[in-house]
Formats: sequence, structure tokens, C-alpha cells
Amino acid sequence: MELLAFGDTGWGDELFYATLMTIAVAITAMLIGFFFALIFTPLKLSKNKFLNLIANSYTTVIRGVPELLVIYLFFFGGSAAIMFVASIFGYGEYIEINAFMTGAFSIGIISGAYSTEVFRGAIQSIDKGQFEAANVLGLSKFGKFFKIILPQTLRLALPNLSNVWQITLKDTSLISVTGLVEIMRQSYVAAGSTRDPLFFYSCAAVLYLLLTFLSMKLINKLEVKYSRGY
Amino acid sequence: MDFELMINSFPKLLSAAAITLKLLSVSLIIGLFIGLLFAILRLNKNIFINKFAYGYSYLFRGTPLLVQIFIIYFGLGQIEYLRTTFLWTILKEPYWCAIIAFALNTGAYTSEILRSAFQTIKPGIIEAGKSLGISSKVIFYKIQIPIAIRQSLPAYGNEIILMMKGTSLASTVTIMDLTGVAKYIISTTFRPVEVFIVAGGIYLFMTFIIHNLIKYLEKKYSFN
Repeated sequence: MELLAFGDTGWGDELFYATLMTIAVAITAMLIGFFFALIFTPLKLSKNKFLNLIANSYTTVIRGVPELLVIYLFFFGGSAAIMFVASIFGYGEYIEINAFMTGAFSIGIISGAYSTEVFRGAIQSIDKGQFEAANVLGLSKFGKFFKIILPQTLRLALPNLSNVWQITLKDTSLISVTGLVEIMRQSYVAAGSTRDPLFFYSCAAVLYLLLTFLSMKLINKLEVKYSRGY
Repeated sequence: MDFELMINSFPKLLSAAAITLKLLSVSLIIGLFIGLLFAILRLNKNIFINKFAYGYSYLFRGTPLLVQIFIIYFGLGQIEYLRTTFLWTILKEPYWCAIIAFALNTGAYTSEILRSAFQTIKPGIIEAGKSLGISSKVIFYKIQIPIAIRQSLPAYGNEIILMMKGTSLASTVTIMDLTGVAKYIISTTFRPVEVFIVAGGIYLFMTFIIHNLIKYLEKKYSFN
């Protein structure tokens, strides 16, 4: 138990901060994912074949290729890509993007592909009459989307979004390969220096279980809130 | 774009894909048995057996696969007693550790898929079997299991694809699977985009094959 003490003698505080880091990466990635979903869901639903193709290749490629491979692409290719863009503007120095942004961005792209599918399904399952009724009321395009479609989409999408959140949360463990100190990386370091891998990886497992359990409770509350009136 | 590198790395990545497929198929077969076993335990009326099966699936679905591999590969070797038993011959091999982790992981998901499939079987079908005087054992093997397998095909297809992506984690315990080799080539040539296109293409091709295979099976075993 003294291995988990807070302060200089134990790993308790390190693991605590690592857990905060995991939560931070997961939330950032989820938000980046929403941003991608916001772009690609309309493309998926659009009648234009070319726009469809772009959105479909995004979701197909990301959902068909291992997360680890995507992370390696951004880990090794990220700073090269940014340096290339910077060199166009005449900046030739070496740029290193930090591990947090690389991790959050690559996990975000992955979670965005899943979110896109969820939102597409939710919007498609909204009754056609709702769109027609909004038109009849003479609502503007924005009013129609934000007042009528979005609230209903959220209610329908929430159960599946909670799955996406769970996947995203667990995917953050893969960022440990880039050296970002989250739960998995911290356990690896602790296991290496104390030669007690069984204990520290079990701690990591418990921490992840705790996170999934707590977020499940929270999401259930949200689901109740958004299902008012049904 | 370095097309020469893409062409040169293709055969290496392709032979690594064979290892990925081997890992996938072995762990899926073991995982299917584990999944079936735990699905049956979940349906058991005894509360302890029931809770035990639920705990198993909760544990393996609530933690990342990476943690599971690391506990089995780095953690179990720490237990002195295990080193003296025959299990050690298996557990010292990263290959088998990865397979154990994958099989237990996919077993947990498969048990959930099969459980819900068993629960959606209409009671009328089982009652029809009973009224024909078929023993409950035969009803289970000849009626419930085939229907459950058919019901769970679409969900299980997704699970196969998720597991195929999961096998990429084997590269973290020194196995040179498709992702492992891709990472090696990236870190020696610093050409991430080219390698990603080739390796990702092979993964997508495998996803495509699995997807169509499941579609074919769904059609073949559909009720109408």
C-alpha cells in the first residue's frame, strides 16, 4: 500500500495527475470528434455524390484501420506536416508539436468517425414530418436546425454517443506509446522503477473501470434529462 | 510521395499481415468458446454464477485492451508460483500472452452479443419444441444455439472487425504484426504517410473481406 502513498515515497499523486490527464485527453478528443462530426455529418447526408464520397471514405478508412496505426501516422507525421505548412510561409525552423495535441487530435479524428455515424443515424431516424412541420412554420434554416432538429438528434444520439465516449476513453491508453504521461504511461514508468508490474497495471485497470463506471452514471442522468416528455 | 518505398515495403507488410490474421483467427476461435460459455452462465438462474459472468464481461469491457495485455504479459510473470508450473511455458511467449488477452477480451464482448441473442429468441419457439416432446438438451443445441448464432451475426461481424484492429496492440509486446512492421519501417525511414497508405490499405482490404463474408453468411442463414 505504501507504493500508492502521496508525496515523494509513493506513486499515488503521480497516478492521480495521470488520471486527470487521461480525462483531459478524452474530453479534448471527444470535442475534436464532435467538430469533425459537425463537418462530415452534413456531407454524409448531402445529395451530392462527391461530398458523400469524401465523408464515406473518412468514416470507412478510420473505422477500418487500427487506432494505433493512426496514432503512429500523426506521431511521426504530425510535426513534418506542420513544418511543411510553415515552410510555405517561409518558416524553416524545426517545430515540435506537443504530445497532448498529437494524442488528442489522433484520438479525436477516430472518435469523430464514430460520432459522424451516430449523428447520421440519429438525424435519419427523425420523423420526416418534423422537417415538414418546421418548413410550414416558416422557420429559417438555422432556426429549423437548432430549435427542431438538434434537440431531437441529441436525444436519439445520446445512448450511442455514450458508447463512443467509452471507446474514446479506452483509446486514450494507446497514446502512451507517444510518451504522454496518462494512466497507462505512468503505470509503465512506475512498474519499471518498482519492478511491480502486476500491481501497477492492476491499478491502471481499476482507474479505467472507475472512469467508465462514473461516466456511465453521469450519462444515464443526461439521458433522463433529454428524454423529458417521452 | 516515395513510391519506391511503398512498393518495397509492400511484401514485408503483406507477410506481417499473415501474422495479424493468425493472431485474429486463433483468438476468435478461443474467444467464441469463452463467449458461449459465459453467455450460458449469464442466463443461469443461480445469482452467484450470474454475477460472476457479469463481472467478467464488465471487467474486460470496462478496461482498455492494452492494460489487459500488459497485465498478462508483464504482470503474471511476477508471480513466482506461476513460473514453476507448466503455464510458464505459455506465459513467457509474447505471442501466447497476446492471444490470451485477445481471446479473453473478445470472449467478453461475444458473451454479451450471444446473451442478447439468446434472450431475443421467441419463447414460442422453445415451447413448440417442448410440445413436440424434444428434450431440453436437444432444444438447446438444435434450436436455441443455431437461432442465436443467426441473430448475433451482424453484431459479431462488427466484433471481428474491432478485434482485427485490436490485434495491432500485439506490436506493443514485441510481436511483429502488420502494425509492428509498419511502425518499424516508419521509424527507420521517417515516411509515415507512405507506410500508412500501404499498411492501412491492407487493413482496409481485410475489413472489406470480413464485411462481405459476414454479409454472405447473413444471407445464407436468413430465415426467409
